[in-house]
Amino acid sequence: MPLLEVTDLRTYFTTDAGVARAVDGVSLQVGTGETLGIVGESGCGKTVTALSVLGLIPSPPGEIVVGSSIRFNDEELLEVKPARLREIRGNAISMIFQEPMTSLNPVLTVGHQIEEVLRLHRGLNKRDARATGVALLAEVGIPDPDQRFDAYPHQMSGGMLQRVMIAIALSCEPRLLIADEPTTALDVTIQAQILDLLVSLQRKHGMALLLITHDLGVIAEVCDRVVVMYGGQIVETGTTEEILTRPEHPYTQGLLASLPGIGDRDVRLNPIPGTVPSAVDWPDGCRFRDRCSFAWERCAESAPDLLPVDAGSSRSARCWLVDPDDSSSGLAGEPT
Amino acid sequence: MTSAVDVTSNVEGHGAFDADVLLDVQDLRKYFPVHRGVLGRSVAQVRAVDGVSFRLQRGETLGLVGESGCGKSTTGRAILRLIEPTSGRLFYDGQDLEEFDRAQFREFRRRAQIVFQDPFGSLNPRMTVGGMLAEVLKVHGLGETGVDRSARVRELLDMVGLHAEHAGRYPHEFSGGQRQRIGIARALAVEPEFIVCDEPVSALDVSVQAQVINLLRDLQRDLGLTYLFIAHDLAVVEYMSDRVAVMYLGKIVEMTAAEELYKNPRHPYTRALLSAAPRRDPQAGPTRERIRLSGDVPSPIRPPSGCPFYARCPHPGKDEECQSAVPLLEEKAPGHLAACIKNPIPAGRA
Repeated sequence: MPLLEVTDLRTYFTTDAGVARAVDGVSLQVGTGETLGIVGESGCGKTVTALSVLGLIPSPPGEIVVGSSIRFNDEELLEVKPARLREIRGNAISMIFQEPMTSLNPVLTVGHQIEEVLRLHRGLNKRDARATGVALLAEVGIPDPDQRFDAYPHQMSGGMLQRVMIAIALSCEPRLLIADEPTTALDVTIQAQILDLLVSLQRKHGMALLLITHDLGVIAEVCDRVVVMYGGQIVETGTTEEILTRPEHPYTQGLLASLPGIGDRDVRLNPIPGTVPSAVDWPDGCRFRDRCSFAWERCAESAPDLLPVDAGSSRSARCWLVDPDDSSSGLAGEPT
Repeated sequence: MTSAVDVTSNVEGHGAFDADVLLDVQDLRKYFPVHRGVLGRSVAQVRAVDGVSFRLQRGETLGLVGESGCGKSTTGRAILRLIEPTSGRLFYDGQDLEEFDRAQFREFRRRAQIVFQDPFGSLNPRMTVGGMLAEVLKVHGLGETGVDRSARVRELLDMVGLHAEHAGRYPHEFSGGQRQRIGIARALAVEPEFIVCDEPVSALDVSVQAQVINLLRDLQRDLGLTYLFIAHDLAVVEYMSDRVAVMYLGKIVEMTAAEELYKNPRHPYTRALLSAAPRRDPQAGPTRERIRLSGDVPSPIRPPSGCPFYARCPHPGKDEECQSAVPLLEEKAPGHLAACIKNPIPAGRA
C-alpha cells in the first residue's frame, strides 16, 4: 500500500473567464521513503496538485470535484474533519515552498517560529522547544545554530532561510515532505547545497519526498520516479532514467530538446512551438495536439488515456503513438 | 606582467590595431553608498562592480555569468550608462565615452540597446505595442511619416515572430514569451549594433526559453549584432556565447572561449559552479565531478582582503598567500584568463 495515493484528482477554479480545470484527473502514488518528481511548466497543475493534497485549496473559488480521492496512510483526506486534517498537515505531511523569504513572518525571530511549531504540534515546553529547535538548525547545516536561533529572517540569506524552512518542516518528523520548487529562487551553488541536504535528510529519516519543479536537471539529481504534467494531466510517467533518456510523449521529448546541453553549441534548439493553452479552454482530444508535430486525426477525435508503454513496466504515456493497436498514425513502431 | 596586457590595455593601444573591437571596458567600478541613520549619512560602500575589464569584438557574444549579487547586471547597466559608473574608462567603437557630446551620446544610446529579464515590467501597460514601437522610432528620428513608422513596426514584429495585427494590442494581452519578443523588437527598432541581454530568458518556461534563444541567435546572424549576454544559467550562457566571463563579488575571475571554459575550467569557483549545475543526463550523475561550496557569498560591503573567493574556495592548496593580495586576472593559457594564483585543481580531486 503506497503512503500517498491520489486517484482521479480534479481541482477546478471558478474564474471570470469560466471554470479553470487546473488539475483534471491526476492519479499518482508515493511509496514510503520514495522520491517522486512532478515536472512541468507554469500552469500545468503541479502546484495545485500539491496544495490539494494538503487541503490548502481556497474554496471558493477552488473546488475539489466529487469522485477525487486522496488517501494518505489509508485515510481519505478529502473526508476527514478539519481538525484531523490540521493534525496530519504539519505532523505527518509537511511542505516547503519556493520563496522562503515570504513563508516566514518577518517580525518574529526564526527561533520563535520553530518553537511555535514544536510547542503546538509536539507539546514541548519552551525550554525543550528551544533545545530541539537549535538541534534542528544544526541538523540542516546552519552554522552557529544557537545564535542564529535568535536572528530575524531579514538577517539571513535565501539559502539559510530555506534551511530554516526545512528545519520547520522536519520538526514533526513528517512521513511525507512536499517540496514545491524548493531551489528555484536560489543560486546554483546554494541550490546544490539544499538538494544535497534534502536527499540526506530523506535517507536518514526514511521520509517520502514529493518534489515539484520545472527543472529537469533537479529531477535528474534527486528523483527515483517522475510524472510529467501538461494541461492539468499527467502525460507521462516512469523512472527518472526512462523519462530522461527515452521519453515517449512528444511533450517530454520537446521539453528535453528545448534545453541546451553543455557542448551543444552548434546544434539548433528544437523548441515546442506555440504556448500552453488556457485552463478554462483545454483543446478537445489530446491537449497537446496543437503544439505536437506528430498529431493526426485521431488526436483531435479522442483524448488518449495514460497508456502502458511496454508490458511489465510502470511506464505510461498519454499519447496515441504508444497505442500498440493503432496503425492510423503511420508512425507506429517507428522510433521517434 | 606582460601576460595581463590583454585585459588592462592602455589607451595607446587604440586605433587601427583593434578596429574589430566594438567595446573596450577598462577597470570599470560601481560602488553604491550605504546610507544609515536619520541624516542618511553614507556609512559604507557596496562594491557591486570592482574593476572589470574586457573587450568585445564586433559580432561576438560575450557571456557574463555569476550568481545573484556578483555584479553582472550592474556591469551591463554601467556600460550603457543607465547607471553612472564610479570609475573606469569605456571605449565604444574606439571613442572614449567621456568625451562624447550630447549628440554623440544620443547616437550611442541608439547604437547600444538592452533587453531586460522581466518583459512585463519593462513595457508600458497603457500603450499598444505598435504605439510603443512607433514612439521609439519617433524619439530617435527614424521614419519620416506615420506611415513609414507603421511599416517599420510591422517589419519589426515580423522580425521577432509576431504578427502585424499584434500592433494594436496591449502588453497584458501577451504571454511571457511574446512579451520578451516585444522587448526584443523595441531594442531592434533603432537598428542597434550592440545589445545587452540581461537575463532575457530567465523568467520564461523552458519551451518558450528555447524559442527566444533561437530568435536571439537568428537575429545576431542576420543583423550582425554584438551581444553582452548576462545570465545565471551556465548551459544557456555556453549555448549563446563565443566567450564567457565568470564573475564573483564584482570581479571577473575567469574569462575564455565558451568551449574551453566548460572543458577546462581553471578557477575553483568556475569548477564549483559547473559541478553544482544540475544536469539532466542521469548517466553523468555519479561519475561527474562533485564540488560543493560551503557557506554563502560574502558581503560586497566588506569584501575579504586577498582573494574574494578564499573563504569558500575548495582548492586543497589554498594558503596564506591567497589571502595576502587580490589575484590578478592573468592569461594562464592562450586566450584563457583566470584570477587564481594556484594551479587548477587536478581532475577528480575535491
